[in-house]
Order: sequence, then C-alpha cells, then structure tokens
Amino acid sequence: MAARFDVRRTLTEPLIRQNPVTLQILGICSALAVTTSLSTALTMSVSLTVVLTLSAMIISVIRRHIPDSIRLIVQIIIVASLVIVIDQVLQAYFADISSALSIYVSLITTNCLVLGRTEAYARHNPPLHAAVDAFGNGLGYSLILLLVGGLREVFGRGQLFGWQVLPLAEAGGWFTPLSLMLLAPSAFFLLGGVIWAIRTLLPTQAEAPDHVPPADVRAIE
Amino acid sequence: MAGTDHNPWRRFLALPNESRTKTLVMAFLVSGICALMVSGATVLLRPIQTANRAAEEQARIAELVRGIPGMTDLLEQSGGTLSTVVIDLDDGRAAQDVTTETFATVLADTANWTALEPAADIAGLAQRPDYAQIFLLRTGEEISLVLLPLTGQGYGGRIDAILALEGDMNTIAGIAITGHSETPGLGGRIEDPSWQARFPGTLLRDEGGELRFGVARGTASTPYQVDGITGATRTGRGVSNMVQFWLGPDGYGPLLRAINRGEF
Repeated sequence: MAARFDVRRTLTEPLIRQNPVTLQILGICSALAVTTSLSTALTMSVSLTVVLTLSAMIISVIRRHIPDSIRLIVQIIIVASLVIVIDQVLQAYFADISSALSIYVSLITTNCLVLGRTEAYARHNPPLHAAVDAFGNGLGYSLILLLVGGLREVFGRGQLFGWQVLPLAEAGGWFTPLSLMLLAPSAFFLLGGVIWAIRTLLPTQAEAPDHVPPADVRAIE
Repeated sequence: MAGTDHNPWRRFLALPNESRTKTLVMAFLVSGICALMVSGATVLLRPIQTANRAAEEQARIAELVRGIPGMTDLLEQSGGTLSTVVIDLDDGRAAQDVTTETFATVLADTANWTALEPAADIAGLAQRPDYAQIFLLRTGEEISLVLLPLTGQGYGGRIDAILALEGDMNTIAGIAITGHSETPGLGGRIEDPSWQARFPGTLLRDEGGELRFGVARGTASTPYQVDGITGATRTGRGVSNMVQFWLGPDGYGPLLRAINRGEF
C-alpha cells in the first residue's frame, strides 16, 4: 500500500461507480425482501452499515494475527456476533420494525457484502482504511435500498415513511396504489432498471457479452 | 518490556500464524470475546424486550376485542374493560391463592406444571401449567365473551394465540396469534388478518358435544372447519391440535363446563 490513502475516493467510489449491489450484485436477497417500505429499508441499511463497518474494523485490527487456516470462520464468528447484538438492540428498541424485518437481520451474517468486504479489503488494510471502505460500501448498499424502498412505497401505497404523499383514490384523491409494487418481483424489476440505467451512463460497467452473435451470413455469400 | 521473551502475550503474538498453538489460542480468544459480547447484549436487553412483548400482547388483545363485531359497543356498556381472572385448570374454577400479580412468579416454579401423557399431548407441549390467566367480559350478569390464551407446536416452533369464544362457549368470536416462528410467507400467514377473519362464527362442538374444530387441508367443508393455508399443512395442523388440546379435558374443558353451569 504505497499509494496515498484517499479517504474521499474510498468513501464515494462504492456509491455509484463501484456500488456493491448494482455492480457486484451482492446483497440482493435482502434488497428484495425488506424494501416494501422506506422505514424497513432504512433500518436494514443502518444495521448492515454498522455491522459492516464494525466487523471490518475488528478484523482489520487483528488481521496480522488471524491464522490462515481458520480465517473464514474467525471472520464469520465476528460478523455473526455483531449481527446478534444488532438484532437484540432492534428487538429491544424498535420492536415493530424488528418484526417487519423478520429473519433478514439475522441473514446479514450470510450477506455476501459483509464477508466480501472483510475478505477483500479489511484483511489487507489498516483499521481506519478498512472502516472507511466498509462505511462507503454500506452507504452504497443503503443508497440502492432506499431508492428501491422509496419507489416501492410511493407507488405501492402512496406513502413515504408512512406519510400519505399521494392522495389515494379510495380516500377521494386520484392515486390508485399498484399492489404489484409490494410484492418481491417488483424489487427485481426496479433493481434491474437501476442497474440498466447505471450501466447506460457508465458503459465501462457493462460486462463483455459471453457470446458474440454470428456475423451477418449474407455478408459472406 | 525489556526482552520480548518475558512477556507471554508478546511472545504469543510473535508466533508464526501457522503454528498450532496460535491457531488454537486465537480460535478460543475470538469465540470467547464474541460469546461475552452476545450474552452481554442478550442479558442487558432482555427486560426491555419482555416489556415490549407484553405491550404487544396487550395491543393484540385490544385489537382482537375491537375486531369482533359489536364488541366495542359491549365494552362501552360494561365500562370498557375486560376482567382478568386466574383460573385453576384442573377444576376450572378461579384460583384461590394466585392473583394476576403473582401469576408470573407462580408459573416460574416448575412445581406448578403438570407433565402430559404422550397420548393426551396432542399439541406437543410435554407439560402444561396448572394455572392460566383468562379474560372475561360480562353483559349484565351473563358472560358474553371469554378470551383464552393457547400455546401449541407449529412447524417452526411454538405458536401462541388468544382465542375468543362467544357466550355460548361454542362459537369462536375471533383469534389473535401473539407469537409464532413459522416460515415467513407460508405458515407465517397465520398472522394475516384475512386468515384470522375466517375464524369468527366457526363452531367448536357438534350437538353431541364432541370437539370437531379443525383447520381444513384446503377449503372448509363443515361449520367446524376453517380454510387452510396453501403450503402450510403442518402449521394448520399445529393450530388444529392446539385448539383441540386446549379446549379439551386437559385444557379449558373444565372451565367451559363451569361457565356453562353458570359458576362464574
């Protein structure tokens, strides 16, 4: 690590350019499941960011002393303990949201994003750098989750954070809620749309096609 | 620290990562610290969580009562509150020496639990408490509604519910699931108000007095059945068994007979 550490770059790069969800397609499961409303998406984002940052820091602090043979299990045990603590805190102070998130908080443990960042970055970098990188990645994940959650809540219920922003047709307004938005497939569509939009704007993110279609046959004739 | 060799901690850290001692000690250290962290959080936060759960259960009882047609009017007439009674499950009468305040401590004592015979234990509980806390609503002198807490074994774990019976002790007025760990989206749908809305009006016993209630495997075909949830047969069976057990002779059977005799 001879190059100077650029805090701003490490922090902002994962927001769009290196976004863990849209570029690396990590953490999709929770992005589909908990984005039916903005408040659950926000709670999930905060929980994941906290777990990610803390685990990256802890693992980075002891990185020189983790024997290679038990590396993964040590990382997982640290992540899992942090997740249990967060889950307990949520159950104690945010009981409603905790029941809405159901098992997905516990599933942060198996969220590829957390293990991916600790394995790829925190294991080789000093604590502060690892924390900044993890926080940036957490923010990138949060950005996508809040975007999808906000869109789903607005179009599915006409609400934001539980506040009625669009007047419902049944209450005398003009807006008819799209129930599809509250089902999991809509998150897929939205996520796909976001990925398409980003890759259109930043063509470097587009993957090379696996197959090249055969050239126009008539040209050979 | 003059020499690195004299401080065992430094000597340990200086070991190569591949050494067996270091691997073992690191494994134990990490798991020990993590265990401390997890148990610390659990123990410190448990009182708040219990309070939350109690508040949630109260809210569900209130919601259950509100959801039963005509219940709000009844509540207003009778002063707006349900009376809480601790009953002795064995003889179906109000317990003499247990009050709602001491109820929790009494249940914490294993001597106040009865082991169940495997044949009678259809709800998979293994044991049941000797006392239960129920809620009664009266219209004048007559009992018009009884709320009975139930517990049973579902697919993913315990199911806790509160069943409301009308004054005839045979018609279900409503059900509220207060706790469960069924699969979200499948068995977890026992939480859905739309499924619970199928309970009111369902009968428990036929003319002969035999307990016939059950959750159907598909659509209900008798007045004693409730539609099942697709893909959640075992959850449905769990709910059936729970109701069958708790309204039977080992559960609230004696209490229901006592109410029918007019002893309450």
